[in-house]
Amino acid sequence: MSASYPSRTRKIVNYTMLSLTGLCTLLVVSVLFTILAYLLWHGAHALNLNFFIKLPAPVGQGGGGVANAIIGTLKLLALASLIGVPIGLIGGIYLSEFAGGWSGFAVRYTTDLLNGVPSVVMGIFVYTLVVLPMHHFSTLAGGIALGIMMIPIALRSTEDFLRAVPRSLREGGLALGASKSETIFTIVIPAAIYGIITGVMLDIARVAGETAPLLFTAFGNQFNSPGWMQPTSSLPVVIYNYAISPYDEWHQQAWAAGFVLLSGLLAVSILARVVLARGKKLSHG
Amino acid sequence: MKTVMKAIDLDQLSKAHEARFSDIERTDEQLPWPQFTVAGLNFYYGSHQALKDINLIVPNKRVTAFIGPSGCGKTTLLRTLNRMNEEVPGTRVEGSIRLGDRDLFSIPATTLRRVVGMVFQKPSPFPKTIFENVAFGLRLEHRFSRSEIADRVEHSLRRAALWDEVKDKLNQSANGISGGQQQRLCIARALAVDPDVLLLDEPCSALDPVSTAKIEDLLFEIKNTCTIVIVTHNMLQAARVADYVGFFLNGELIELNRAKQIFQNPERQQTQDYITGRFG
Repeated sequence: MSASYPSRTRKIVNYTMLSLTGLCTLLVVSVLFTILAYLLWHGAHALNLNFFIKLPAPVGQGGGGVANAIIGTLKLLALASLIGVPIGLIGGIYLSEFAGGWSGFAVRYTTDLLNGVPSVVMGIFVYTLVVLPMHHFSTLAGGIALGIMMIPIALRSTEDFLRAVPRSLREGGLALGASKSETIFTIVIPAAIYGIITGVMLDIARVAGETAPLLFTAFGNQFNSPGWMQPTSSLPVVIYNYAISPYDEWHQQAWAAGFVLLSGLLAVSILARVVLARGKKLSHG
Repeated sequence: MKTVMKAIDLDQLSKAHEARFSDIERTDEQLPWPQFTVAGLNFYYGSHQALKDINLIVPNKRVTAFIGPSGCGKTTLLRTLNRMNEEVPGTRVEGSIRLGDRDLFSIPATTLRRVVGMVFQKPSPFPKTIFENVAFGLRLEHRFSRSEIADRVEHSLRRAALWDEVKDKLNQSANGISGGQQQRLCIARALAVDPDVLLLDEPCSALDPVSTAKIEDLLFEIKNTCTIVIVTHNMLQAARVADYVGFFLNGELIELNRAKQIFQNPERQQTQDYITGRFG
């Protein structure tokens, strides 16, 4: 037998593998679009202007919307970002720029563990920590729960983007007589800022769909929640409550709310990609 | 380790060099002619000794080139002269270095690096505009007005022979200009704070011959006002730009001499072998 590899076999293997990878890619992409189409199909009836601007209506009355849930979700996310983003950013800067071998390992490891804590456990934790002492559910408690959940991803993505800044830029700054902190704040962070913003946006999108922690903290509300100390409605919890109800019109509204939530997340993800692409374009001329 | 050599007296070393290179003009009243006086310098990366008992003088307002094969320690020595190696964990330095008549290690690193500027092998413009790249070092001092900064930026870009090429796009990203222009921008950036010394670590190794020629030309211009130490793999470049050449091998300084002497009639056999291409 000659030493050459039989080309027919090689071609068959090549086509088989190519088809398999293509099929898997198609499966992954189609799942997302199937979900979107399914949500739209079932929720389209409920999607109208009222859905966005009205409060929930009693069963049987028809109409009504989830305005309070949309506002509630936005408030929860704002509060969560206020807590999770600064801690994540500063922690990420520490990990990337200052952490030694041992402390870096410790922070990274605990962060990854925190990221792995089931969201329902996070809900119970904040319930014990905030809701019980206050004696009632609140936007504040929900925001704290989501904020803690944001920390690991914000921290690790900030660290990754800072680490990706080439050493030559740091040395360039130091060689001009900049101190370490001046180099970090005037060169390294600006060079990574688009990546960091992207990471934060994707992080917000990730916790926006969390339901379990909100059941124990923000709870839910049929009306608009004034201020930060009252229970509040939110899209994921509305989906959950409506979906397990026995009423068809609520089912429809759950589908529609799902569609709104997913569309919002998609929009944020796309925006994040645009920001990152813009940053790349800027830094490469 | 040769402890005898470590105890060498800096003034003695200085006198020895002065006798040897007696024709060096003392160009500056303020600074005596040795810009750097290095004595008994050992440098370690962990347990690996990268520099072994280096004794040398770098003359003021001249171009001194360090040559030698890869890993011979020439870049390490260069990075010790502005203490950039301190940023690398696990390094250790022994011996003494004087900048002018001051102990190099008694000067705060951030102050030292404004007096001893550095340009790296790979052009590394900051992801900012061309103007902001040059203004960076000036802004750190918080003492220049807006118009002073603009003046100094223009002056530095002129010194680096880049002004005519970029004057219409000062507010564009520095990443948009060519590699050769980026390297001259890095030189302008280093010159903006008006350093006494400019250290160049293989500044042309990533550039084409035309860009290289431009940088060599500008080195001729700035050496009147600035001491230049350049590390290079390119012996022709050393022959073209340098007044003095130090040849390094395996962490040791084999020979330091006038460039002409090194290339025409070196004192040591190893130098002869290296410049004739027998190794390295």
